[in-house]
Amino acid sequence: MEEISMHVLDIAENSTRAGSKLVEITITESTIEDTMTIEIDDDGSGMDQETIKLALDPFYTTKKVRRVGLGIPLLAQAARATGGFFSITSDQGKGTRVKAVFRLGHIDRQPLGRMDQTVMTLIAGNPEIDFVYRHKINGGSYLFDTRELRGMLEDVPVNHADVINFIGKNIREGIAELAAKSG
Amino acid sequence: MAKLKIDDLKKIKERVQAENALREGDRRVRVTVHMGTCGIAAGARSVMNTLMDEIDESKVSDVMVTTSGCMGLCSREPEITVEILGQDPIVYENVNENKMRQIFKRHILQGEIQTPFVLARGKEQA
Ligand SMILES: Nc1ncnc2c1ncn2[C@@H]1O[C@H](COP(=O)(O)OP(=O)(O)O)[C@@H](O)[C@H]1O
Repeated sequence: MEEISMHVLDIAENSTRAGSKLVEITITESTIEDTMTIEIDDDGSGMDQETIKLALDPFYTTKKVRRVGLGIPLLAQAARATGGFFSITSDQGKGTRVKAVFRLGHIDRQPLGRMDQTVMTLIAGNPEIDFVYRHKINGGSYLFDTRELRGMLEDVPVNHADVINFIGKNIREGIAELAAKSG
Repeated sequence: MAKLKIDDLKKIKERVQAENALREGDRRVRVTVHMGTCGIAAGARSVMNTLMDEIDESKVSDVMVTTSGCMGLCSREPEITVEILGQDPIVYENVNENKMRQIFKRHILQGEIQTPFVLARGKEQA
């Protein structure tokens, strides 16, 4: 993946397919700690130990030879390549948390890239799911929450093209403001 | 969100509500961008974004955009499916930003299928 935000999209798409009602994405950048932390939290079906093993290991197969994608190993590899780390914690029936920590200043760290496009894409494809996007840079933070929008939209769907474009603009402006304040 | 932005959202809401009051039934066009791991790695998200930009610029309000998982043809990604009401779905392959603009202007707005980019047609493929 060219951008970390593309991994975020891929991992959050897993959450949407796991029957989640709420998916929370948190990006935390700390210059002092030299970290960029990505967390994707959902309240979906969760995974058992076997599935976690399967999802983490690109070469792992069961007797039945199940075909799974490479989304999770790709993100884990990208984080580790910067000297960071990766973890999945999951409770069956409760949900899943995927966490990847990148070394912020590492030369192999991909750019975060277009989080606006990632969130727009998630909402466009999954209008029935709520998404929270938090972005913290050092002390400052930005927050976007579809639940806040729904109340104001009344019967207009969140995935209407005009609303999606509004969301993208809101995120771009919010992040630019945050970066200017905290950079 | 800031107060000003809430006002913008209100305007969008009122406009969409007014349009919906005029329209009967379904949206005219549905575009599905395939958003599996391979699609994302191949650029599906920027195809999606280009489509949203085209909708914004052309001011059409009868095009709905959605996403789906992988169809299993990873080497042909990014793939999109265009469904115009009353017509068979068309699946396009290896879509990029330029092809997306062309598909939007020629097929979605003017109804001409862009044959060179077509992977498959017909209901069973959608
Ligand atoms: N958030 C999640 N909740 C429940 N199951 C998940 C979640 N994320 C991943 N999985 C499981 O792990 C598998 C592997 O995920 P991934 O590596 O992203 O590949 P893919 O989704 O393309 O199969 C999924 O098919 C799914 O069974």
